Amino acid sequence: MKIILRIQRFNPETDDAPYYQEYTVSAAPTDRLLDALIHIKRFQDGSLAFRKSCAHGVCGSDAMRINGKDGLACKTLIKEVAEKDGDRITLTPLRHLPVQRDLIVDQDEFFQKYRSIKPFLINDEAVAEGERRQSQEERMRFDDTTNCILCAACYSACPILGENPDFLGPAAVAQAYRFLADTRDRGMAERRPVLDDPNGVWPCRNHFKCTESCPRGILITKRINQTKKMIRKEEKPTDQ
Amino acid sequence: MVHHFDTVIVGSGGAGLYAALEASERSRTAVLSKLYPVRSHTGAAQGGISAALGNVEEDKPEWHAYDTVKGGDYLVDQQAAKILTEEAVQAVYDLENRGLPFNRTPEGRIDQRRFGGHTRNFGEGPVRRACYAADRTGHMILQTLYQQCIKNQVAFFDEFQVVDLIMDGSTCGGVVAVELATGDLHVFGAKAVLFATGGFGRMFKITSNAFANTGDGPAVCARRGIPLMDMEFFQFHPTGILGLGILISEAVRGEGGILRNRDGERFMERYSPTLLDLAPRDIVSRSILTEVRAGKGIRGDRKIDDYVHLDATHLGRETLAAKLPDITSFCKTYLGVDPAEAPIPVLPTAHYAMGGIPTDVHGRVIMDRRGTIVDGLYAAGECACVSVHGANRLGTNSLLDLVVFGRRAGQHIGDYVKQADALPLSKDAPEAAREWIRRLTDGRSGPHGGHIMEEMQTAMMEKVGIYRNAGEMQQAVDAVKDLLARYLAVRVQDRGKQFNTDLLDTIELKSLLDLSLVTAASALNREESRGAHSREDFPDRDDDQWLKHTLAYLEGDDVRIDYKAVDTSIWEPKPRTY
Ligand SMILES: Cc1cc2nc3c(=O)[nH]c(=O)nc-3n(C[C@H](O)[C@H](O)[C@H](O)COP(=O)(O)OP(=O)(O)OC[C@H]3O[C@@H](n4cnc5c(N)ncnc54)[C@H](O)[C@@H]3O)c2cc1C
Ligand code: SF4
Ligand code: FES
Repeated sequence: MKIILRIQRFNPETDDAPYYQEYTVSAAPTDRLLDALIHIKRFQDGSLAFRKSCAHGVCGSDAMRINGKDGLACKTLIKEVAEKDGDRITLTPLRHLPVQRDLIVDQDEFFQKYRSIKPFLINDEAVAEGERRQSQEERMRFDDTTNCILCAACYSACPILGENPDFLGPAAVAQAYRFLADTRDRGMAERRPVLDDPNGVWPCRNHFKCTESCPRGILITKRINQTKKMIRKEEKPTDQ
Repeated sequence: MVHHFDTVIVGSGGAGLYAALEASERSRTAVLSKLYPVRSHTGAAQGGISAALGNVEEDKPEWHAYDTVKGGDYLVDQQAAKILTEEAVQAVYDLENRGLPFNRTPEGRIDQRRFGGHTRNFGEGPVRRACYAADRTGHMILQTLYQQCIKNQVAFFDEFQVVDLIMDGSTCGGVVAVELATGDLHVFGAKAVLFATGGFGRMFKITSNAFANTGDGPAVCARRGIPLMDMEFFQFHPTGILGLGILISEAVRGEGGILRNRDGERFMERYSPTLLDLAPRDIVSRSILTEVRAGKGIRGDRKIDDYVHLDATHLGRETLAAKLPDITSFCKTYLGVDPAEAPIPVLPTAHYAMGGIPTDVHGRVIMDRRGTIVDGLYAAGECACVSVHGANRLGTNSLLDLVVFGRRAGQHIGDYVKQADALPLSKDAPEAAREWIRRLTDGRSGPHGGHIMEEMQTAMMEKVGIYRNAGEMQQAVDAVKDLLARYLAVRVQDRGKQFNTDLLDTIELKSLLDLSLVTAASALNREESRGAHSREDFPDRDDDQWLKHTLAYLEGDDVRIDYKAVDTSIWEPKPRTY
């Protein structure tokens, strides 16, 4: 199968503005979009810049916009996109983050916001016997959020960030939930100033774009709403 | 630009981050990583981390140590295995205390499951020793350690690719790195450098390893005169997704999955009557290949890419969802197969490097058969060889290796840098790297590295794979030497400085070529079969001649071989049956 990849190019050293370049590649039915990008880089144009590593959707390197939808190039099969949208596929970098080159964006701000919610277990109590106990049910309450690979697809998908670039963003709030909902964590007081802020959890208006985009199936919008509830009531959730 | 630190850690997977947590408490520490830390391949580890917690059935560190030694076909240094398995218990508790969300037993304890080669009472039968967080245990370890580094404000230099090591005689003085975002060359002077750059499965065509797994640490060290140990031992994991090599964790078999040939037969009954599908990986991979060669693969055409079935249909949707959700999703995404309904087509995939930079149990790098230490140079994780995996690693022992020896190295560094003096940095320190990059980017026309990469991967896969013989390995050595000669003409196409990933890929290609040469030459040299090194022309283990570690020195385009004794102070080598 022959497909045309229409890729947004930009090299700040030489280009005033981004432009599109087209590449024709032949793809096997099982090929991932990432395979096509690598083929271009190895055999057609060594200057094409994108990030990659694991090649099976677990490291978060290659989030990008694929025909206007945020996703991972390595978790997207070419034939599926082509069946849906035709054999010309447009690739652009993630939104809401500065483009550094071609499909590479600067993720600093995304990681700064992640760091700001103190994404680590907060608990100074001594542990009596080796491990802390946690029931299976308690463990499952925040299970999906532990899937996050910090790929920033949701950050790009979020319409709120288009209006308000200072919003914490979906991933950071979902990661705050991951700890707040963990029975072992005692960090509400420390995280509250960041979350209970006009740019914290409150700007979210349930567009669900983050949830749709998340390649790890995290119920982000639901977790944001549960976080809002916890902030109001200051207690942990009791269901999943 | 020149930076000065007490400690520089190269790599931010499990090993690098654990070392960083320890070292940064007591020394000025910088972590350099060519990937954002959370992108490291530790995040891909699925099945579990082993420790004899005994949470679901009786278990002891001593049994775990014995399994490790036997699993490694007695090439394991036994005191190191003892340390690994004794410190395992506290290491897993530490991870839990730091927030790692392990799956739990009904009593709320860390749950444990079966894994290949892990047994109760010295081989009586499988034991539940692998602690796990669904099938993303490595992801959770990486996240937890990164989170702790954020908490402790560890200094990261993200997307800095180390390309050279600074040595003065037998003392290490720092590293040279390219900053991806700018293309600038940086010199990091340090009293101690730890390499934790992970595996190098990208030598092979079909692999479970990430693109970033190019073995830069071992390659940089080898080019500076450090030997590499036991490089002939490379593990092929039995169950990679057909054609892609993406891993299907042994946890599938740990939960009850069964390998079947084209007749539906559970063929492991014939090869490993006691442990069946949970025999160590080298044995299962050979069994699969033997089935395929006998025309018992699913297609039955005896070709090298024929495959077998991994049947998990009887586990039930609930178990798959709770314990193997990612694997279920990989099968659906990449194969269009729902493992609850149909068997998964699998074949062996290049997975794990048992060999690497030789170290002692404090992570200090060793430079010869007498165990002479290189001052200030450390290694930990998959790029290192302690050696706790010997000729074949047991599943779940690598994540354990990262946290146990990553921590030990970090602690030792903390003490070492207190009493060590910084080497004066020579102005010429970055010159070799600068000259190399200048050549690759001098604007002359030359071939691109892409074809060389493909030819190398094919040669290594076909000739230094699961079954080996002298003729084919010699062909591989010759082929890689030829590719190394062709590499000299390679030029980078990208003319930019910022994010010139073409340049960085080309530098990585050199790492892989150097390590391919060392691997093929070490394999050709070892005239016996042991663990993952299985020779058709020398089918038996030969303890009289070969119960010793290989030390391979890269000298230009040649490899010089020496040896180092194996520590067998606890258990006498015995025939290895399961
Ligand atoms: C798919 C898969 C599943 C696995 N499952 C298990 C399991 O269930 N249990 C188990 O015990 N083991 C498992 N393993 C093995 C185990 O995960 C790895 O051996 C281990 O994670 C390696 O960790 P590491 O810290 O040594 O390296 P990595 O996590 O690979 O990290 C390497 C680091 O080095 C950096 N780096 C590399 N080169 C450079 C350079 N030139 N300059 C700067 N930085 C550099 C990278 O950026 C990265 O941060 C699995 C392996 C794979 C591939
Ligand atoms: S929540 Fe999902 S989309 Fe957002 S960063 Fe995490 S994995 Fe990516
Ligand atoms: S390359 Fe790792 S998520 Fe795509």
